[in-house]
Order: sequence, then structure tokens, then C-alpha cells
Amino acid sequence: MAVFTHIVYLISAIFFIIGLKYLGSPKTARKGNLLSMLGMLIAIVVTLLDKQILDFTYIIAGLIVGAAIGAYAARTVEMTAMPQMVALFNGFGGAASALVAYSEYIRAGATMSIDISITLVLSLLIGVVTFVGSVVAYAKLQGLITGAPVTFPGQKFANGVLVVAALILGGLFVYDPSVETFLLVIIGLATILGITFVIPIGGADMPVVISLLNSYSGLAAAMTGFVLSNNVLIISGALVGASGIILTKIMCKAMNRSLANVLFGAVGTDGGGGSGAKRDKLEVTQYTAEDAAVVFEGAQSVIIVPGYGLAVAQAQHVLHELTQLLMKKGIQVRYAIHPVAGRMPGHMNVLLAEANVPYDMLYEMDQINDEFQNTDVALVIGANDVINPAARSQKDSPLYGMPILNADKARTIMIIKRSLSPGFAGVDNDLFYDPKTMMLFGDAKDMLTELVKEVKEL
Amino acid sequence: MEGILVSLYVFVLAIFVGFELITKVPPLLHTPLMSGSNAISGITVVGALISAGAGHSQLAKILGLLAVITAAINVVGGYMVTDRMLGMFKKDKQQKKN
Repeated sequence: MAVFTHIVYLISAIFFIIGLKYLGSPKTARKGNLLSMLGMLIAIVVTLLDKQILDFTYIIAGLIVGAAIGAYAARTVEMTAMPQMVALFNGFGGAASALVAYSEYIRAGATMSIDISITLVLSLLIGVVTFVGSVVAYAKLQGLITGAPVTFPGQKFANGVLVVAALILGGLFVYDPSVETFLLVIIGLATILGITFVIPIGGADMPVVISLLNSYSGLAAAMTGFVLSNNVLIISGALVGASGIILTKIMCKAMNRSLANVLFGAVGTDGGGGSGAKRDKLEVTQYTAEDAAVVFEGAQSVIIVPGYGLAVAQAQHVLHELTQLLMKKGIQVRYAIHPVAGRMPGHMNVLLAEANVPYDMLYEMDQINDEFQNTDVALVIGANDVINPAARSQKDSPLYGMPILNADKARTIMIIKRSLSPGFAGVDNDLFYDPKTMMLFGDAKDMLTELVKEVKEL
Repeated sequence: MEGILVSLYVFVLAIFVGFELITKVPPLLHTPLMSGSNAISGITVVGALISAGAGHSQLAKILGLLAVITAAINVVGGYMVTDRMLGMFKKDKQQKKN
């Protein structure tokens, strides 16, 4: 490869790094993404100028088809469907890395050195697992297959056997790269592994899986970089790998689960719902929108705790309308965002941003948790486990130790909920029975629309 | 073997750079971060272009074509959806007026 090409690759790696740095603040984030795009563009252009390329037919066809599909998906996707789309894109990245690695094997054949053959096996293995795993995650999130964990006896053992078998075959291939069958069997094993790795994971644990697959897609790219001795692939792949690992860690911490527990625990149902409310609905006092509006009238500060149920009910826009009404009355309104409020890291922020909620009204858990005690109303919509005080006190609760929002410290807690059914963890919430809690039963959108009407009339 | 050692250095150091950069991204932007970094992992497109265009054998070219398609979906879709999301993040208008 020409020195010039290498220099340009280095420049694009720098653009990626600066681009990621600019993502550190909402003010510069868009510019950062554009810089990163520019880095990608110059890398592609300089590659097209490379002397190795003799035939442009396939390249042009591939770029047009891929770009058209990508652009269409990016323009039309609903923000609620973002997790499955990111999962799918991750999968395509993994597939591309595996395809490039295999095509390199066809080119180089049995002549490859040991370092190339090792990374080739890894690239295929990680790439195919990423692709198949992402497709399964997509199908789960899109509702094409059940979101509930699918388990069978000896699943962990089977997965272990698959990994060991793939590694042994990889070792055999490194010993004798002329046997193509080894690679084909590895691809087969990786396909099965991709399925059995994702199907036992419940719908509500998907944020962890998507983050992990994000990391894998980066690692697959890095491994392909080793195969091609291409540093820009190695650097970019490493950056993405690191990013996915950090997000995975944050998600696990927010759910108070270890990664092993998420991957192998097969916890939960379809992601919410379930049964097992120990107490009767009669025990809680049911309030109306009118009662709630009266409380708002006397309030000076409100913190809103949105959960994924808000997005499911498509109630973000009505909520924003209510927020603006309250602010016009001189009430201070803020949003408290729990790290797992949504189906992927940071999902709730995007959903609210789409509803025109300014980002300076959105507060992270650590920023706002001490503010609840000085707040008149905590308005909880479609969230449950993230405000369950059992996480603080009840040592026998499955939620125990999970960081929660201190909504229970507010002077009045309003909870908009369809019923008393417990959240994803299947744990009853004592907060529903607290005398200072006002339960507003109903669909989030309908209840908020009523609230807007009542507040307007005051 | 010399070459792979240098590559390994690059890989490990880049992981550390990644950790430093990503820990500074606020949770507010974690979704765009994921889709944006996802697009970066589409850098594999560079390898795909060479596979599809180098013309070693028909099979290699077809695999290359598939790689170009999947990588292009990843790159174009990833960047565009990230830009679309980031365009939604706005500061409070009322505060701007003040």
C-alpha cells in the first residue's frame, strides 16, 4: 500500500477520535458526527484510488445498494424502534467484517502466516456471532419472535461446548490453513452460537445485549484490520469495542446485575407486565385528573420520572404540553432520567428530544436524586422498578442494591399506571400504597390529555 | 511477526484512547454515541472495497460485493440516523431569549 494511502488512513483515524471527543457535549455532538463522517469519506476515497482495485462494477453496485438501504432505514425509523435498528446495523458491520476476512482467505489461500490465520479465525467467529446475534436481537425487539427468554436444558453447557469446539477448529486451521472445511465449520458453529447466545436473554435485558453486540462489531472490524494489516481498521475497531464495553458496564450497573447474570440468568418475561401483585387494588386510593390538577396548582416544583411505558403509549408530546403549561404557571419542571429508562442506553433522552423537550431539562440520576426531597410533586409515568424503595431497604428483594430515583422523597408522588401489576422484576412496589402517593390509573396518553385539560381549566 | 506486534500496540493503545473518550460522553448522548460508533465500525468498508474490486476470483468478488453492501448500510445508515437524532437535541428556547 502506498505511503500516501497510509497517511490518509491516519488522518481519518484522527477524525474518528476527534469526532468521538465532540460527542462529549450536546453542543458539539453534531459537528463531531460530521467530522467522523468526513473521516470515513476520505478513507473510502483514498481506497478507491488504490492501485489494487481493477474493477469498479461490483464496488459501485454495492455502494449504491447499501447506501440506499441505509439511508432509507435511517430516515424512516421511528425513535422507539431505534434499539432494533442499531442492533441490525451492528449485525451488518459484523457480517461485513466476516465477509472481508473470508474473501481475504480466498485470495491468500494456504500461504498465510500464523498471525494472519489466528486473526482470520477470530474475525470470522466474532463477525458471524455479531451478525446472527444481532438479527435475533432485532427479531426479539421487533416482536417477530417472543421477547421472553427461550431456554432449554443444558444451554450453558451447550454454549460452552460450541465455543470450545470453534476454538479447537480454529487451532487446527492455524496449524494447517489449507483446509477450508475448518473455516466453514467454524462459521456454522458461530451461527448456532449467535442464536443460543441471544435467545435466553429477556426483552428488558436487551440494552446490555445491544451494547455488547456494539462492542463485538468493533472487535470484528479490528480483527479484520489485523488480517489486512490495516491500522485504520484496527484503531476504529478498538474505539468501538471500548465504547461498547463501557456502555455494557453502565447498563449492568444500573440494573444491579452482573454481565454473567444478564447473559446466562434468563431472567424476566417479555419485558414488563407479569402477575403476582400481592395486594388488592382496593387498598390504594384512586385519584382523578382533577385531583391531580389541584395538587399541581399548589406546587412550585415538579420532577417528572419517565419510563418506557411513556414511549409505548406515545405520550411524550402530551407530556411536553403539560410541562409547558406548568412552566407558564411558574412551576419549575425537570425530568429525572434513570439509566435504564428505555430499551437502549440513553434511549429515553432521544424519545424526549423528539418531543421537543429541551435537553437542559433532562437530568441524570446522580444530578437530581438529592433534589426530590425539596420537590412538591414527583410525576411518575410508565416507570416502576426504578422508583421501588425496596431496592434500598429490602435485602431479600431481587431489586435490592439497584440504584433508584428517590421519587418517594418528594412531598407528593403521582403515579400514572394502567394497573397495579409489578414491573419487569415482578416485585410489588410499596410506594403505590404510601399515603402521599396519588395513583392515577389509566393509559398514559389518555391520563395526560385529561391532566392538560384540567390544568388549563384552573 | 514484526508487523503484527506493531498492530497489537496500535490496537491496545487505541482501546485505552477509546475508554478515555467514551467515559466523557454523558448518558444524555449514549444512543447517538452507539449509532455513531456503530457507523465507525463500518470502516470495514475499506477492506470490502478492495475485496470487491481486486478481482482475484469470482467468489472473492461476490463476497466482496456482499461486504460492500452490508458495510455501506452500516456506514450510511449509522451516520444519517445519528445526525437525525442529534438534530433533535435542542436547548431551551426560553433560556436563549433571556
